[in-house]
Amino acid sequence: MDDIAEGVIQAINLIITLNPDVMQIAALSLYISLSATIIAALIAIPVGSLIHFHEFRGKRALIILIQTLYSVPTVVVGLVIYLLISRSGPLGFFGLLWSPAGMILGQTVLIVPIMMGLIISALSGIDRGISDTLVALGATTSQKVLEIVKEARYAILSAVVLGFGRAIAEVGVAMMIGGNIRDQTRVLTTAITLETGMGNFGISIALGIILLAVALIVVVILNLITSGFSDDSRHIAGGPRG
Amino acid sequence: MIRIEHLTKKFNGVETLREIDLTIRAGEIFTFIGPSGSGKTTLIRLIDLLERPTAGRIVFDGQDTAGTELERLTIRRRIGMVFQKPAVLNTTVAENVAFGLKFRGVSQEEIRERVPAALDLVGLPHFADRRAPTLSGGEMHRVALARAMVTHPEVLLLDEPTANLDPVSSNMIEDLIIRINKKFGTTIIMSTHDMLQGQRLADHIGVIMGGRLAQVGSINDIFYQPKGREIARFVGIDTILKGIVRNNENGHACIDVGEVRFEAITPCPPGQRVALYIRPEEVTVTLTDDSVQRTSVRNQFVGKVTKIMPNGPFIRLTVDCGFPVTALITRMSCQDLSIGVGTVVSTGIKATAIHVLPDAHGAPG
Repeated sequence: MDDIAEGVIQAINLIITLNPDVMQIAALSLYISLSATIIAALIAIPVGSLIHFHEFRGKRALIILIQTLYSVPTVVVGLVIYLLISRSGPLGFFGLLWSPAGMILGQTVLIVPIMMGLIISALSGIDRGISDTLVALGATTSQKVLEIVKEARYAILSAVVLGFGRAIAEVGVAMMIGGNIRDQTRVLTTAITLETGMGNFGISIALGIILLAVALIVVVILNLITSGFSDDSRHIAGGPRG
Repeated sequence: MIRIEHLTKKFNGVETLREIDLTIRAGEIFTFIGPSGSGKTTLIRLIDLLERPTAGRIVFDGQDTAGTELERLTIRRRIGMVFQKPAVLNTTVAENVAFGLKFRGVSQEEIRERVPAALDLVGLPHFADRRAPTLSGGEMHRVALARAMVTHPEVLLLDEPTANLDPVSSNMIEDLIIRINKKFGTTIIMSTHDMLQGQRLADHIGVIMGGRLAQVGSINDIFYQPKGREIARFVGIDTILKGIVRNNENGHACIDVGEVRFEAITPCPPGQRVALYIRPEEVTVTLTDDSVQRTSVRNQFVGKVTKIMPNGPFIRLTVDCGFPVTALITRMSCQDLSIGVGTVVSTGIKATAIHVLPDAHGAPG
């Protein structure tokens, strides 16, 4: 009990004093996971739409494969990326190992499947009648796709938020690709692992709280962006009828 | 305006529509009637170029519609469509109505003028800022109508425009359909399974049965001279009797139905097997004691009432005269005559009220 109580007090201290080490780690975490989320969304939204709006052989099999990759362990992604970008690997000449860029790559690979899979189900969730209506109203194919993506915005947002959540919370890729190098590749999760191992529970708890706080801020901002998209922020939480 | 030639549509090898040939004139209200699942929706979707025919073609204003997607889009933009279950996008009513204009690249200024005008037309002028998904079914239908009309289409397609609506909303939509047709001269093509609605609105009716266009004609043609048994049943003719023409003098024929002789107007020659179609509202019902002498009605049959069914403000009586005859009488006259099951009544049918068609197959009944 003492450890926990002390930890919480220390956490509050670190946060209130804006401890530079802790802030630096939090900022790097945010930078890496947000970058991975943006890149993954830029891949998953168009490719997911492409898969949803086209009929082709093996579509169902592809979707099952994507869904299977939801459960890929972070350490397996870490291992594969490690083998690709290590000095002797095929992408070794980029020198990405032990760098934030490598970690962004790894987290992107990790979260693209779950984002894409959920975006495909988000688009499938839009009533077929909407698609027919848009075509009947004279939409070209690209106008139709754009409107359907907009119509699915909340479900797509959920997919993106979930992807971000998986990225900022994962340890495997950050550890194997980043290496937890102080001031360079140390992020919240790897720092928690390290500090806990060294018995510094206070810092660990503080970092845990900061991780959740960062997640909260990102989720709130993403929600604001999505609702502002169609000027219906008043209704996002099920506002009054009309 | 629209010419349909040998149109056939199959889905996964199953024929939904077969060999449809039809011309729809500019400015008219044309209604497809037929039971659910007969292919009305498919036909409307084909006319809106949402589907491609398996065989045959559709000519829109002289132009074949079997072109590239871009050509079809250009034609489709001259057509408005309201689906049976209108889908609205999760945004405001005004934005929903504006979609067609936005897709056509109409300027924001013009959109700001035309959207309120379209909402005015359908009687929802204050609904612009409402969220579309919160509307009632009737309101959603009217928004869908505004959304279709805002682009000033030459042809407006309506698939079952009042299905699932309450009577007040239905009336409102029907009035709107007539108003749009009169005010803008829009050609309106609609489908309905409600034959009375077809009767109220249409200039011409096409009856669709089992994927085929069974009959095309005016209201009078369809309701009083149906071309076959199924159409007759669908347009509310319950009494269909099989008989054989015994003699025919200048179109005035005597027809035997079992033991009973009917007089009717038909060119069918003696010996011809025929079917007699009798609309229930053409059958008069009187009590046996006060009737026979003082009427000019040629066909008088006495029988026992076997069934009484309320039908809106009317009562539908089935009378067994050796053959079943259905009559539609008002509730009041039913009470005045104190008719109940088992009452013996006299039914009268004018010779001119019997629609006679040659009956190719089946023995006289």
